[in-house]
Amino acid sequence: MRIGVPRETRPGETRVAATPKTVEQIRALGYAVFVESGAGVASSFDDAAYVRAGADVIDEAVWNADVLLKINAPSDAEIALLRPGQVVASLVSPALNPDLVASLAARGVTALAMDAVPRISRAQSLDVLSSMANIGGYRAVVEAAHEFGSFFTGQVTAAGKVPPAKVLVVGAGVAGLAAIGTASALGAVVRAFDARPEVGEQVESMGAEFLRIDVEETGPSADGYAKETSADFDAKAAELYAAQAADVDIIITTALIPGRPAPRLLDEAMVASMKPGSVVVDMAASNGGNVAGTVADTKVVTEGGVTILGYTDLPGRLPTQASQLFGTNLVNLLKLVTPAKDGEFTLDLDDPVQRGMTVVRDGEVLWPPPPVQVSAAPAAVAAPVAVKVEKAPMSANRRLGYLGIAAAVFLLVASVSPEPFLGHFMVFMLSVVIGFYVIGNVHHALHTPLMSVTNAISGIIVVGAILQIRHDSVAVSVLAFIGILVASINVFGGFRVTARMLEMFKREEPVR
Amino acid sequence: MTLPVTLVQGAYIVAGLSFILALAGLSRHESARAGNRFGIIGMGIALVATILAATGGVSVAEVGNVTLGFSGSGWFGLAMILAAMGIGAAIGLDRARKVEMTGMPELIAMLHSFVGLAAVLVGWNSSYEKTAYPGIHSGEVMVGVFIGAVTFTGSIVAFLKLSARIKSAPLMLPGRNWINLGAIGAFLVLTVVYVLVPEDAEMLRASLLGLVTLIALALGWHLVASIGGGDMPVVVSMLNSYSGWAAAAAGFLLGNDLLIITGALVGSSGAYLSYIMCRAMNRSFISVIAGGFGVEGGTIASDVDYGEHREITAEGAADLLTEARSVVITPGYGMAVAQAQYPVADLTRKLRERGIDVKFAIHPVAGRLPGHMNVLLAEAKVPYDIVLEMDEVNDDLAGTDVVLVIGANDTVNPAAFDDPTSPIAGMPVIRVWEAGEVIVFKRSMATGYAGVQNPLFFKENTQMLFGDAKDRVEDILKAL
Repeated sequence: MRIGVPRETRPGETRVAATPKTVEQIRALGYAVFVESGAGVASSFDDAAYVRAGADVIDEAVWNADVLLKINAPSDAEIALLRPGQVVASLVSPALNPDLVASLAARGVTALAMDAVPRISRAQSLDVLSSMANIGGYRAVVEAAHEFGSFFTGQVTAAGKVPPAKVLVVGAGVAGLAAIGTASALGAVVRAFDARPEVGEQVESMGAEFLRIDVEETGPSADGYAKETSADFDAKAAELYAAQAADVDIIITTALIPGRPAPRLLDEAMVASMKPGSVVVDMAASNGGNVAGTVADTKVVTEGGVTILGYTDLPGRLPTQASQLFGTNLVNLLKLVTPAKDGEFTLDLDDPVQRGMTVVRDGEVLWPPPPVQVSAAPAAVAAPVAVKVEKAPMSANRRLGYLGIAAAVFLLVASVSPEPFLGHFMVFMLSVVIGFYVIGNVHHALHTPLMSVTNAISGIIVVGAILQIRHDSVAVSVLAFIGILVASINVFGGFRVTARMLEMFKREEPVR
Repeated sequence: MTLPVTLVQGAYIVAGLSFILALAGLSRHESARAGNRFGIIGMGIALVATILAATGGVSVAEVGNVTLGFSGSGWFGLAMILAAMGIGAAIGLDRARKVEMTGMPELIAMLHSFVGLAAVLVGWNSSYEKTAYPGIHSGEVMVGVFIGAVTFTGSIVAFLKLSARIKSAPLMLPGRNWINLGAIGAFLVLTVVYVLVPEDAEMLRASLLGLVTLIALALGWHLVASIGGGDMPVVVSMLNSYSGWAAAAAGFLLGNDLLIITGALVGSSGAYLSYIMCRAMNRSFISVIAGGFGVEGGTIASDVDYGEHREITAEGAADLLTEARSVVITPGYGMAVAQAQYPVADLTRKLRERGIDVKFAIHPVAGRLPGHMNVLLAEAKVPYDIVLEMDEVNDDLAGTDVVLVIGANDTVNPAAFDDPTSPIAGMPVIRVWEAGEVIVFKRSMATGYAGVQNPLFFKENTQMLFGDAKDRVEDILKAL
């Protein structure tokens, strides 16, 4: 089948749905690839590069292809070019654009929404929201750094001490985590907040401090996104934002719930409380913004000297990288629908991933898809807890009771035991305790040498055999002889092999 | 020439103390060699004192109503002892010199069997002795022989399994727990009978003892046969513990405190080590001792669709490695099987020369012996301070660029972490999937020891590098 990659027509769009690299991968799946001339120019891929990768570079005839790969949803003019039976894979935002879905259905095409991929692990390789959010989070920090009048990293220079910039990232999704990573890599002090307390570990692993508020709130949501929050929670969160706004230099907000207006997190008063020269990057500007005063696609400077960036094209500002990741997501989609690698596009609606993405099939509207329960998080949290309950240590009283019974039984046995036996038993008990304590803090790397040395030492049983060799009975002497022999193998072999192993454990040699 | 009994006992006290120092020394790298020397010194003192006492005799002394002391066995006895020890020493030193580090588990399992055998022999010999307390002595004989025999056959099975002379799959007899319990019950009953039978009924006593020996031999065999190859670290350290208890039991029946001290030290330390291993596998200690654990419960969901795995070439892996800033290598038993530790060490050296931070993450039950991976890496001259334990590495993995999983499977299985229905649920694992990229060296997509599919292989940041681990690592070295 033929794959077509048209030039993006949306104003300001810099990305392209296939790069020379992904063209090769698509061709490997058995497809023929047609790229519209000039499609990759804004992403620094020229036509020649596509030709070298094996694509045919043609004009608008690209719209005749069987499968069209696009970044943005087709415009009205482009929809007019479509014919029944064609497949379009692009961003659609079906929840926000019912008209678009309807007009695609009217053309009788099959439309796959790259932004409606169910959030399950298996589907992550085709989730453009994740891959674009990652780029967006990085770029948000770069944009902030561009507007910010100081260093990110703290320095002590001859010209004075520079404090590090303080960055607050709100929302620890993919974009938020990418922003945290980038800001920490630049040397800033990074704090982050998210309504889902369970992401705290991820935040901390990226090098930021996770801010917490104590409200009983929200388990992880079933669809993998943060949920909308309760009033009590919002009040506490607002306090936190107000306190942080006055302190930090840069705020990056990423709170975006798909298909809904973005929650308002920072009001005018909070923005006004920020220091002059502070920068706010609102990554939710396309859905109305998290911050009061955000204007989509615009840089706003407030009266208090705070810069608010509402850019909605952050991923597109890294066009080469964004095209490559978007293109790879599309390749992964094609792999999914081309199981035989024979260039035949076969949609399997029993697969929840493909079902979730398919907004329209041959003119039939299939949106919204049945819900897919995806999040593994609640199970993961619940499981260890359940196990622990099962194995709860016995209560102190009960333990005391068992010990008491054991002591009584022992006393009973002891009262009828001969005296020398108890003397030996004393030695035995003390040695057991010493054994436990001596071994308690052995370095894990030394377990094998430890075993071989204890093994050698337990060859001490040779002593018993030696003492028996003087016996009058020949049989006993022979058995003792064998006993000495085998135990000696242990003694000598065990010590020798331990020494050999210990010789090998070397610390790193000092660097020249 | 007779020795005063107090001198012999004094020597035993010094030897016992040396053994405690030996074990204490083994807990740290810096003092480990000194620890081994203490062990040798203690053993030397004990042997010299014992040989002198056994050949020269010990002066008679009355302590309470116990008669200490006996006549020596003379020059003939000395010759016998030295001959036996000489042969044993020659065999032992030879084995110790020749053994490959990958073969260490087999050697240690084999050595355990010798202690068990010696304990059985000492027990049988001792059964002919007349003592002041025949009742308790008979009980001690039974216990000593029983533990020794279990250790003996158990270690032999472990040895055969580890050296792949028999299949390492667990033997699944129906009602195996009842077999074990029945054997222990029979042992208890026979012991009581043995204690009650008068001492002059020698034939009856010998056949009772023989019966218990056979039961114990069978029990030892069955216990270890029903444990699979992947659980061998626990089994080996458990047998280590058993061999200690066997020595302690021999000490009781000879009235020899040195044997008791040493046996108890080894027994308790081995038990503790087994406990550490069990905790690392999230299994109960009791179920391990009972044998044949970890096979019931938990459904193996084989029909789950995990999606597609991705493959990578050695060249691709080399590219990933050179671009990484930090690399963590997670070896498993597969590295030992493929003898890949030398190329892995070379790879480590090359990467470190390029300024890449390389660390090793070792799971407590990786390999077939506690600490097995550490020994292999040490053999290949990987500095031990970059070889870290699971808990030391786990929190850093999220900040690691590339993880190489070489021949490990169940110890890096995310199912243990996030799938409560998995048979290995709750087992602590190395969370390699948190790293940027994971490259898994594997011969095929077959499952690991636990028979559980590993969702790690299907994660989007995981790439598979198929083939013999040694060859593949060498390919990467070439590509570098």
